[in-house]
Amino acid sequence: MLLLALILVPATAAALAYVFPTFGKRVLLVGAAAVHLALVLRLWATPGDHALGGWLAEDALGRIILTLVSVLFLAVAHYALGYLREESARAGRAFVSCMLGFLASATLVTLSHHFVLLWIGMESTTLAVAPLIYHRHDRRSLEAVWKYLVLSSVGIAFALLGVFLLATAQPSGAMGGRPLVLDDMIAHASALDPVWLRAAFVFVLIGFGSKMGIAPLHAWKPDVYGVAPGLVSALMAGALTSCAFLGLARVVSICFAAGVDDFVRPALIGFGLFSIAIAAAFMIGQGDVKRLLAYSSVEHMGLLILALGLGGVGAYGAVLHALNNGLAKVMVFLAVGNVVLVAGTSVADDIRGVLRRMPGSAILLVVGLFAVTGSPPFGMFISEYTIVNAAIGEHHPWVAVVVLVLLSIIFVAMAAMILEMVYGEATAARATQRPGTDRPRLVMAPMLLAVLVLALGVYLPRPLTDALSSAASALGGRAP
Amino acid sequence: MTPLADLVLLLVVLSDFAVLATSRLSACIRAIAFQGMLLGSLPLLLHPGMALHTVTLAAGTMVIKAGVLPWFLRWAIREAAVRREVEPLIGYMASLILGAAALAVAFVVATALPLHVVGTDLLVPVALVTVMIGLIVLTTRSKAITQVVGYLMLENGIYLFGLTQLQRVPFLVEVGVLLDVFVGVFIMGIVVFHINREFDSISAARLTELHD
Repeated sequence: MLLLALILVPATAAALAYVFPTFGKRVLLVGAAAVHLALVLRLWATPGDHALGGWLAEDALGRIILTLVSVLFLAVAHYALGYLREESARAGRAFVSCMLGFLASATLVTLSHHFVLLWIGMESTTLAVAPLIYHRHDRRSLEAVWKYLVLSSVGIAFALLGVFLLATAQPSGAMGGRPLVLDDMIAHASALDPVWLRAAFVFVLIGFGSKMGIAPLHAWKPDVYGVAPGLVSALMAGALTSCAFLGLARVVSICFAAGVDDFVRPALIGFGLFSIAIAAAFMIGQGDVKRLLAYSSVEHMGLLILALGLGGVGAYGAVLHALNNGLAKVMVFLAVGNVVLVAGTSVADDIRGVLRRMPGSAILLVVGLFAVTGSPPFGMFISEYTIVNAAIGEHHPWVAVVVLVLLSIIFVAMAAMILEMVYGEATAARATQRPGTDRPRLVMAPMLLAVLVLALGVYLPRPLTDALSSAASALGGRAP
Repeated sequence: MTPLADLVLLLVVLSDFAVLATSRLSACIRAIAFQGMLLGSLPLLLHPGMALHTVTLAAGTMVIKAGVLPWFLRWAIREAAVRREVEPLIGYMASLILGAAALAVAFVVATALPLHVVGTDLLVPVALVTVMIGLIVLTTRSKAITQVVGYLMLENGIYLFGLTQLQRVPFLVEVGVLLDVFVGVFIMGIVVFHINREFDSISAARLTELHD
């Protein structure tokens, strides 16, 4: 019942916001987000819930990602109230409906234990965010949304083929369990056909990988994140990519249970390293701050699948990293959104002296810089440390070395741009010519996320570590 | 199994090549509509017996893939006053040679795959070749609307593969495919319309402002 409510509350609110726009779409947006978060917290008290004959079920991994999505959505929804008032007259019902629709479909992804349901949820997220990307209705956003639709639709089509191949790998009858139900596939993993399972993995990796934006399937990412409104980029980089990672992780957990590691692990490690390397290469000399963050997202998606492929404590690190990445990425995207809103551009050279004009957002930017690059004492330091540890522990010391070198390059590239924006002198820069300062309501939500990502670096509460451990063991790893 | 099903599958391949070879947009859409009709008839041919499930699937597929979607594409062309040529990035001959290569690859791969569930031997290779030709159309045609046609073919190929699992995996699969093709193409169609209004042409090749 609770699981269905989690999906139906935002879905109903989306419909209401569209039908009765004057009635209070803003109240619906924040209200539904708050109710959703309350229900998610209720879920932590009653683990193991399921609905629709096991097609919807909650487990540690799904619960962690769902909580992340719910927290991020509430923060973004609160931010949206202020942002839309500032930015445009287009803050129409379609925008609010699509946001709530995104929440409903992302929830479906995290709760699905049936691969077709999971796929439907994933496809719905694509369709829900497309109008959000096109929010500004100009040429650049049109180009971005077209690229996004074509690439992610092809990706998601491949993922569907992957799901069919998964079904083909499963023997019929009692030997294989119910078709495409996650728990049954894990329980009867030894009966799965390895040839079809490998084929399924390849297509799912391409499919969900293009949704995650791992290299070389990331072509849409800088364009979309660069053009979409800050809060939309935030929602995509924090919540959408985490859901796509979850989809991939579900299939990978089946592959591990069926013992096709020899094929799956090298692929994940290879694509992971390649993504981090591509991100580093394109971050050096990048001129646009939102595109810089997009490549940072490519980097962290690479780290996630790398950690998944490494196994051992890497699995634990992967889930923790998904959590940290989501919080930090949304926070920094919202902060950059504030700056871009005032400066009217996201070209870094035109933005100077943020500290003087917008002290709140400036602090957020600097904190965000250290948070997303994995500096202590932020949460991402712990997860990146765990991942590097896993590389050494699982006998891939060269992976650890390569990752550390690339992460250092990325830190320098990001610091160079962001510190210059914050502390740089405002000579001839357009940013300071335009009136505008911090709006308190636009600083509150990212500030809260900054506190959360700091808290995760200092102290992990017991229920969370328990959930992380059980998620790690579901992904063929263990707690450190 | 049934010679009729084999014949229909061969016609599907033929319609794939028709899309590759034609220079006229309207012919492209006719070919894709014809393909939708063929796909709709397949559940009935592969699983005779007129079970409610197969009949609904067949009817739904025909209505959407052979009726609604082609109608929608024609509407977009008319409303947006698109020029009638396909405008490929590579020549028609090169497209056909690529298609032939895809056909060969599909048959080689399909014989190597251990699939025991299917009634006819042709289903898997035809599914693969349709997916590949869909990808070729998607990547080598410059107009946004022809890219939509390519995407539709890709989905058609996946649908064909899905037919191998028709008896085992629940009804939901087919609903998912039909629904998502419908919604996906609907939204894509609207974007195509906007692209045309904005750029005075629906050539996706003009979309080049965003780059590093």
